[in-house]
Amino acid sequence: MIRYILRRILYAVPIAFGVSIVCFALVYIAPGDPLETVLPPDATAATIAIVKHAYGFDKPLPVQYLIWLGHVVTGNFGTSIATGRPVILEVSDALANTALLALFAVPLAFVIGGTMGAVAGSFPGRWIDRAVTGIAVAGVSVPNYWLGIVLVIFFSVQYMLLPATGMGPNGSTGFRLLQWNSARFLVLPVITLAMIPIGILARTTRAAVAEMRNQDFVQTLRAKGLSEWAVTRHVLKNALPQILAVMGLQFGYLLGGSILVETVFTWPGSGFLLSKAIINRDVPVLQGTILILSLIFVATNLVVDLLQPLIDPRIRRG
Amino acid sequence: MTDILTLREPVATFTEETPPASIVRGYWQSVFYRLRHDPITLGFGAIVALIVLAAVAAPLIAPFDPYAQSIIARLKPFGWRDHLLGTDELGRDMLSRLIYGGRVSLLMGVVPVVIAAMIGGILGVVGGFVGGRVNTAIMRTMDVFYAFPSVLLAVAIAGAMGGGIGNGMLTLTLVFVPPMCRVAETATTQIRALDFIEAARASGAGTLTIIRYHVLGNVLGPVLIYASSLVSVSILLASGLSFLGLGVRPPIPDWGLMLSTLRQSIYVVPLVCALPGVAIFITSICFNLVSDGLRAAMDVRM
Amino acid sequence: MDYRSSDGSTIDRHDQYDHGGPAPLLVARNLRKHFPVKGARGKAVRAVDGVSFTVAKGETLGIVGESGCGKSTLARLLLHLLVPDAGELIFGGEAVGAAGGIAVKTLRRQAQMVFQDSAASLNPRLPVRDSVAFGPFVQGSTKDEARAIARDILSRVGLDPDLFGPRYPHELSGGQKQRVNIARALAVKPRLLILDEPVSALDKSVEAQVLNLLRVLKRQLGLTLVFISHDLNVVRYVSRRVAVMYLGRIVEFGPVKAIFERPQHPYTQALLASRPSMDPARRIEMPPITGDPPNPIDPPAGCRFHPRCPFVEAICETADPALRVVEDGKAHFAACHLRDRALGRGRLADA
Repeated sequence: MIRYILRRILYAVPIAFGVSIVCFALVYIAPGDPLETVLPPDATAATIAIVKHAYGFDKPLPVQYLIWLGHVVTGNFGTSIATGRPVILEVSDALANTALLALFAVPLAFVIGGTMGAVAGSFPGRWIDRAVTGIAVAGVSVPNYWLGIVLVIFFSVQYMLLPATGMGPNGSTGFRLLQWNSARFLVLPVITLAMIPIGILARTTRAAVAEMRNQDFVQTLRAKGLSEWAVTRHVLKNALPQILAVMGLQFGYLLGGSILVETVFTWPGSGFLLSKAIINRDVPVLQGTILILSLIFVATNLVVDLLQPLIDPRIRRG
Repeated sequence: MTDILTLREPVATFTEETPPASIVRGYWQSVFYRLRHDPITLGFGAIVALIVLAAVAAPLIAPFDPYAQSIIARLKPFGWRDHLLGTDELGRDMLSRLIYGGRVSLLMGVVPVVIAAMIGGILGVVGGFVGGRVNTAIMRTMDVFYAFPSVLLAVAIAGAMGGGIGNGMLTLTLVFVPPMCRVAETATTQIRALDFIEAARASGAGTLTIIRYHVLGNVLGPVLIYASSLVSVSILLASGLSFLGLGVRPPIPDWGLMLSTLRQSIYVVPLVCALPGVAIFITSICFNLVSDGLRAAMDVRM
Repeated sequence: MDYRSSDGSTIDRHDQYDHGGPAPLLVARNLRKHFPVKGARGKAVRAVDGVSFTVAKGETLGIVGESGCGKSTLARLLLHLLVPDAGELIFGGEAVGAAGGIAVKTLRRQAQMVFQDSAASLNPRLPVRDSVAFGPFVQGSTKDEARAIARDILSRVGLDPDLFGPRYPHELSGGQKQRVNIARALAVKPRLLILDEPVSALDKSVEAQVLNLLRVLKRQLGLTLVFISHDLNVVRYVSRRVAVMYLGRIVEFGPVKAIFERPQHPYTQALLASRPSMDPARRIEMPPITGDPPNPIDPPAGCRFHPRCPFVEAICETADPALRVVEDGKAHFAACHLRDRALGRGRLADA
C-alpha cells in the first residue's frame, strides 16, 4: 500500500513538469510579440532591446523556461500587467471565490444526482429509470452558460427574485455567507454550475447501483432475509467508492473549468480572471492562472487516487 | 485397463453438429440490425439528420439574409413582420442566423473529432501494439494533456492562438487527441494479448499485416463509440469558445457568439435571446442520445 | 551413451533417438528461456531451463507435465514465437535463425501451432473461411487461391465449407472452433504441427473425435506432431514417444509403452499413480505426491524434484541429475540419481 502511494505520487511529478512546460509554451504559440502589451508601438529598436533584456526574452527558450520555473517554484508568478498586483495574489483571491461556488455545487450535485441515480439504478428499465437517464443526458448536453442565462431571465428579469450578476453589494471582500443579502448572489451560479455534475453523478450512480444489484452477493443478502431497504444500503455502500471518486474529480474540474459560468454571472472567480486576462493579453496572469488551475487539477486527481484504497479495500493490495 | 475409449477406426464424420444459426450475421451486420430495431435512437438520429440537412440547405430554406442588418427591426419579438423568431440586436433575422449558425456548429463539432480520432487512433494503435518504451512515451505525453480540465485546455490554447474558426478547430482537435489515443491504446493492448494475434504471427504475417487485418477491425468499434460521444462535447466546447470571443468572429453567425452578443438584451426580448442556446441544447442532446444508442448496439459481447 | 541435458558438451547420436530412420525433423538443443521478474532484480521465472530432444519424421512426440512446468513456453520456443535465451533449434537439418541456416519466416511455412484456447485463437470479427485463408494469403497465395485452399482444408476437418465458411467463431461449438484452428494451421501445408493442449477445454466425447481427426490427418498429410498436454491418457493415446517435463526440464523420456508401463522417474510414477481409477481395488489412500507445488523462480538446488520425492537421498539435494539411459536397448532415459547405472543403482521396487 505504501508502494502504491509512493508510485502514485512519483507518477504525478513528471506530469506536473509536463504541465508547466505546456503552460510556458502557451505564450510562445501566441501570434504577436509578448512585448506588445508592454511597449508602445513606436518604440525604437534600442528600447525594444533594453526591455527584452530586462524581461529576459533575449535568452534561449530552455533557459527562459528554467528561469521561469525557478520563479514559479518560489511562488513568484510575476505581476499582473492590468492591475499591477502580484499574480499569485490575484489568483488566490479569485480562486477563493471559485472554491466557494464549487463547495456548494458539488455537494448539491451529489445529493440530487446521487439520489436520482440510486433510485434509477434500483428500478432498472422502469419509467423512473428512463426519466432519470433522460434528465442526466440533458444535464450533460446543456451548455451551462446558456442555462445560466435562462435562469437569469427567469429569476432576475421576469420575476426579480434573485440577482443577475456579481458577488453582492459589497463585492468579494465584503461577502458574508451567512447574510442572505450576500448569499443570494450564490444561488443562481451554484445551480448553474451543478447542472453538469448532476448529470454525470446521476449516470455514474445509476450504472454503479444497477451493476451491483446484478452481483451474486445481492442475491445472497436477499436470501438471508434482509429487507429491500437494507439491501439497498449495502449496495450503496459498495458503490460509494466509485461515486466519491467521480465527485472528487468533478470538484477539481469545476475549479479549473468554471470560466463560462463565471463570465455569465460576472462572478469574480478564477475563470473570470482568466477571461479578463485573455482580453487584456495579460500574459503573467494568463500563465499563472492556467498553471495554478491545472496543478490543482493534478493534485485533486492525486488526492482522489490516494484516497481510493481507504474507501475501497480491493485496491489495498498495493 | 485402458482408461479411455479406444476407437477401432478413425471417425471421419462427426455426430454432434449443433445446427448453426439460420441467419449468418457478422459483427457490423448485427450492429445495424440492433440499430434498426431501436426506435429511440432512430428517432433522434432522424432529428440529427434534419439538423444537418437544414444546415447544408441553408441558402435554400433561410427566409432572410443572415447578414442583412436593419436599424428599425432591432430586437423584435417572435412573429414581427415575417420574422418568425424575431430579430437580433442588429436587426438580423434570428431564424436565418440560427439555420446558418448550424453550419459552423456542426463543422466545429464533427471535424475536430474526426481528425482527432484519426491521429489519436494511429498513435494509440501503434503504442498499444508496439508496447514497451514507445508506448510509455506516447501515453505519458498524452497524460500531461489529460492533466488539464478540457475547458481550461481549450480556452488556454484558443486564447493563446487568438480566435478564428481555424484556430478553434485546431484547438479542439488538440484537446480530443489524448482521450482518443487512450481509447485506441486500451483496445489495442487488450487485443494484442489474445491468441489469434500470435496465431497470425505464427502464420508468418508481419506487423503491418496483422494490424491491418486483425487489430484495426477490433479497435474500430470502441473508437467509433467514443468518437460519437465526443461530438456533442465538441459542439458544447466550440460554442463555449465562441461565447468567450475565442471562436468564430462576427458577423459570421454562430450559436455561441449569438448568445454572447444577445446577452445584454435579455431585458428586452428574453425569449429571442435564449434561442441560440436552445439550438445548441437540442443538437447536443440529439447527438448524445444517438451516441448512447450506438454504444448499446455495439457493446454486446459475442 | 550419455546425453547431458544441461551444460557441458552434448554427444548427439541421432540413431539413438531415431529408431534407425532418416535424420530427425526437429532437434531442440539446450533450449532455455527465462522471464525476468519485474521489480526483483536478478530473479527470473526459469520457464524452460535446458531442454533437448529430437522429433523424428512422421512420429508423434508427446510432452506431458503439470501446470507451470514450462510446456507452453516450450511450444512457443519451437515455433520461434519466443526467442530462446540460449540453445538452438534445428529444423530439417538447418539451424533456425542462424546465418546460413533457415530463416524464422521459412520455419513458419513448415511448422504450425494449434493453441489451447479455441475461442481466443480466432478473430471474432472474421468469418471462419477468412481466418483459415489468412495463412496462405500471407504466405503468397492470392485471395482466390487462399479461399480455395481454405475450402479444401475445412472439408478435410469435417466442416462443410459452404455451411461453416461464412460463420463467425461465436456461432460455433468448442469442438468446431478447435477444428477450425486445426484447419488454419494445416492450410499452409506444414510438415510439423505443434499442439498446445488442443483438447483440454473440450468435452470428452468431442475430445475423442478431435483426436481421431488428428490421427487421420496425420496419416493423410504425412505430418509430424508434437502433442503437449497435462492429460496422461490423451498423451498415451496419440504419442509414440513421450517426454515428461518438470520445472522447465525433461525428467523422463522414452517410448510410450515404456513410460507408462515402466516409469523410472519418481515424478512420472507419481503422476501415473495419481490418475483416479474406476477399479475399487486400486483405491488411492495416500497422496502420491507431497510437498508444495514448485516455484519456477527459485527452483530447489540439486534435483529439482527432491523436496517432493519419496525416495530422496543426500546426493539428490546437491547434485543435479542428467538424463541417463535406464533401460538397456531401449531409448528410455530418466534424470534420477537413484536410477543411475553408473552409480551402481538398479531398478527400485515400483512404488
